Amino acid sequence: MTQATQHVVQAARDITYAAAIREAMSEEMRQDPRVFLLGEDVGVYGGAFGVSVGMIEEFGPERVRDTPISEAAIVGMATGAALTGFRPIAEIQFSDFLVLALDQLGNQAAKMRYMFGGKARVPMVVRAPEGSGTGAAAQHCQSQEAIYCHFPGLKVVVPSTPYDAKGLLKASIRDDNPVVFLEQKLLYRKTGPVPDQDYLVPLGRADVKRKGKDLTIVTWGRMVPMCLEVAGALEKDGIEVEIVDPRTLVPLDRDTIIESVCKTGRLAIVHEAVQTAGYGGEIAALVADSKAFFHLDAPIRRVAGYDVPIPYNPKLEKAAVPTPERIERAVRDLLA
Amino acid sequence: MATAVIMPKAGMSMESGTVVRWLKKVGDPVKVGEPLLEITTDKVDMEVEAETSGHLLCILKDQGEQVPVTQPIGYIGTSAELGKSVAELQGSSVGGAAGAPTAPAAEAASKPAVGEAAAAAGAQRVPSTPAARRRAGELGIDLAQVNPTGPNGEVKLRDVTSAAAENRVRMSPLARRVAEREGRSLSGVSGSGPGGRILLADLAPPPPPPAIPEVAPASPQPVAAPGETRTPVSGKRKVIAERLSRSMFTAPHYYLRVSVEVDHLLAARDGIGATGRKPSLNAFLMKYAAEAIKRHPALNTSWEGDAIVSRPAIDIGLAVAQADGLITPVVRDCGSKGVLAIDAELQPLVERALAGKLLPAEYSGATFTISNLGSFGIDEFTAIINPPGSAILAVGAIRNEPVIDPAGAVVVRNRMRLTLSCDHRVLDGAVGARFLRFLADVLEDPSRLLL
Amino acid sequence: MTEFAMRKLSPAPESVGVLPREQLERMYLQMLQTRAFEEKVAYFFSRGMIHGTTHLYIGEEATAIGAIAALDPDDLITSTHRGHGHTIAKGMDLNAMMAELFGRRDGACKGKGGSMHIADLSKGNLGANGVVGGGIPIAVGAALSIQMAKQSRVVVCFFGDGAINEGSFHESVNVASIWKLPVIFVCENNQYGMSMSVRRSTNLENLADRAKAYGIPGRRVDGNDVLAVHHAVREAKAYAKTNGPSLVVAETYRYQGHSKSDANKYRTKEEIAEWRTKDPIPRFRKYLSETGVFTDPELDAIEAKAKEQIEEAVRFGSESPEPDLDTLLTDVYSD
Repeated sequence: MTQATQHVVQAARDITYAAAIREAMSEEMRQDPRVFLLGEDVGVYGGAFGVSVGMIEEFGPERVRDTPISEAAIVGMATGAALTGFRPIAEIQFSDFLVLALDQLGNQAAKMRYMFGGKARVPMVVRAPEGSGTGAAAQHCQSQEAIYCHFPGLKVVVPSTPYDAKGLLKASIRDDNPVVFLEQKLLYRKTGPVPDQDYLVPLGRADVKRKGKDLTIVTWGRMVPMCLEVAGALEKDGIEVEIVDPRTLVPLDRDTIIESVCKTGRLAIVHEAVQTAGYGGEIAALVADSKAFFHLDAPIRRVAGYDVPIPYNPKLEKAAVPTPERIERAVRDLLA
Repeated sequence: MATAVIMPKAGMSMESGTVVRWLKKVGDPVKVGEPLLEITTDKVDMEVEAETSGHLLCILKDQGEQVPVTQPIGYIGTSAELGKSVAELQGSSVGGAAGAPTAPAAEAASKPAVGEAAAAAGAQRVPSTPAARRRAGELGIDLAQVNPTGPNGEVKLRDVTSAAAENRVRMSPLARRVAEREGRSLSGVSGSGPGGRILLADLAPPPPPPAIPEVAPASPQPVAAPGETRTPVSGKRKVIAERLSRSMFTAPHYYLRVSVEVDHLLAARDGIGATGRKPSLNAFLMKYAAEAIKRHPALNTSWEGDAIVSRPAIDIGLAVAQADGLITPVVRDCGSKGVLAIDAELQPLVERALAGKLLPAEYSGATFTISNLGSFGIDEFTAIINPPGSAILAVGAIRNEPVIDPAGAVVVRNRMRLTLSCDHRVLDGAVGARFLRFLADVLEDPSRLLL
Repeated sequence: MTEFAMRKLSPAPESVGVLPREQLERMYLQMLQTRAFEEKVAYFFSRGMIHGTTHLYIGEEATAIGAIAALDPDDLITSTHRGHGHTIAKGMDLNAMMAELFGRRDGACKGKGGSMHIADLSKGNLGANGVVGGGIPIAVGAALSIQMAKQSRVVVCFFGDGAINEGSFHESVNVASIWKLPVIFVCENNQYGMSMSVRRSTNLENLADRAKAYGIPGRRVDGNDVLAVHHAVREAKAYAKTNGPSLVVAETYRYQGHSKSDANKYRTKEEIAEWRTKDPIPRFRKYLSETGVFTDPELDAIEAKAKEQIEEAVRFGSESPEPDLDTLLTDVYSD
């Protein structure tokens, strides 16, 4: 039983990842009138992925606000509103489009507190779905979390389960900093247990999704269920893989990762995003420069997206990002 | 850099001295010329003076210990070196005689969190993983001596652990002999001797008989049908099953048969018995087998994957049937014992075997095994090789049989059938055949041993 | 070099309603403070005591002071990289402001923002901005806050003739127009986006015509006429509270280069000289004197006061200590 599910005692129900996100937003909007949602098609349409279905009926068009197709304005307005007392949630329809708002997100929201000598607070959440697998190809499918990890002042969250998604989003909304909340397209329809009672998942705390002694996999997002699947298969050969899901990339829970590698002596990092300059490199470097270095009995290996845009053809699309076979091969190589 | 304090050679004929008492404690500052300790030799009591200034870092030999001259008995160094392990001091010291592997300090890539690791490992040119280097440092193992099995030719943690278990680690000669002979595992053994040396006292009590890895029971447990009984497999049964299966299925067995006339053997036995105790038939067989093995040493070898190991001593095991199993007590070094000595050793072993009281040292390590089912009325049979041996001799019952003598007449003689099982990985057909023929010949005519 | 034509701009001072004396005094003082401040900055910069870069507002004082004089203290502004005039007009403490330019601990942003990122949230100044057009979406967001909180404040969004061609301008004005947000877009057309003349960058003679594209009112004013600017923004404020956004284009000119590294290769000395005849400060002084609101000695006294306050600010700023090194890592995140 994972640490996450251990929290889920008796009263829980299985809901989808998308529903969990909707619940988080709705619950926060009910209890704090400063929270509101804006973005393209979030109101009447219910969101491109159905995440905000029903919300405009409950909260009205002012607080579930449809915008024109203006990513810079969406994020910039969220910044201005956050600066002046509100707690907006800006939805960007595909994470690929977030770069259209990168000035407002990275040059403005991220830096204001620092630039203004600690006198500004920008409590906002920018939500966007990441990831390939829908056939929408190069400009709708990239995972670009590394970009946002590179702006001090932003926090970056990537949930992998409905439980984590709801708890982390609520915590993100309550956080006084700009948080980039990267959802996983292919996980929207996946269900998982979510407690009835109110709960938060704190930012900056990793979750050991599976305990093991032979090798540590650090992974996040859609790759978490894929790695769990691989770990289940490897168990039959007596290989026990430990899976650490950081859940928050910035700020990162280094201690949990380092302790795990000290225990197992082997580390593989699996992420869907492109390998070069991906966040896996950051984790590999910090592990290599920690006490875990002296416990490493194999090189640190990344299993990540190839350095290509996401192709259209379905077979190519699948092959462009990690597969269970590639992950298994990496694990076995490291155990050789 | 630490300097060794040695047992000084204080006289031309002095070979060793005994420490009487130290005049300084570990950590005390020491000045050149200051008295450090008192020693005594067979001729004289004297003080030993410090040859360098610094701090007394450690004491290797204490009150009452006798030390050969020029051996290190302590170390002096800087206060920064206080707290270093003896392995480190020995590695980096000047002066002082043997004993320590002089492992050059490895470059520390970054501040080592595990303090001694980088310094003691000696990992400069040997590709190895960080974990391997750290462990090697902890155990005082020179990485260059370790057999690497990593996929890129690097030393892995498991290799260091194996090396530690395989006598690469420092042990007292007695501990080494005992461990080797008894096949003791050294994993997890830490030495209490100087520099982490393993002493006999450190060797764990003899391990229990090898157990096969527990296989998770298939669930649900099958229930006995009416009339059936299910007996869970006991530890002993499991061991027998596992060892013999392994032997049967990994060693390619072939079988050689001879029929031997044993009248002369029986007469020799009676003859020796007339002067005292009559040795058992098995003791005779063991003696003859040992003599045959001396002349055909290939029979005293083992297959170990990448090498064939040949043993000097001929340790012969005799298969003994117990109530619930089978065990092979071993008589060591049969080649240098007479049949009476063998028998004298054998009898109590067999008694203890039947009572289930054999120690592992007494039933493991046979290089050749004899299994005799003659007393069960079996004419001949094929036996399964008992590892680590490469052959086993199956002995059948002695029967009166009609044979054709040289003159062409039909006569009745005592005959016994022998079947030799050989491991073809080690013993080719001709090798086994030559041995068995020789054995048969000397059984029939012992005087042939004089040849 | 393009032809520069004198244009007849919006109402002469006589037609503007009379403002209270204290307000006029404050406006004149602030214009003088701005001019003196900027001249000091130029001086210290050329001597290497203020570092980085800075964008001087010399010649444009009437726009900032005029516009902000039309606001209430709880109205908000967003500023630009050329924001010292806005900052002074919105009431930032001059000492803290100069200390910030010196990069000192007692600066308004603890020495960590500098000229282009200077802000004072307590005075409704949502900050200067190092990105052209960067403040426009933020201003609209602030206006959204006001609307959602059902308050009757307004936001004045300052930007230039360069920013009017940034995508952020268009997205922001469009959203403000559809939601009728209480924001006044004030375009300070100083005729150049760095070296790019507005004639070459934009296919419009009158930038205020951009407003038509978004269905909002637009007007053009003489940006060097402080009362004209004040009047326009006052009307825009009244409009904003009831109808939403509008665009005010203030025609003005900067006498100095774009920044301190500007060699003025893109314009003529004649052009600069021509605009100096329309310097807003002597122009306002003339108005105040001729209408009898202030005597010359009074006006001299105001000038002297401004100079003295700036001298004091320089003293304060240059004596303020450097920030501690450990403040490097502070205030990245809110706790």
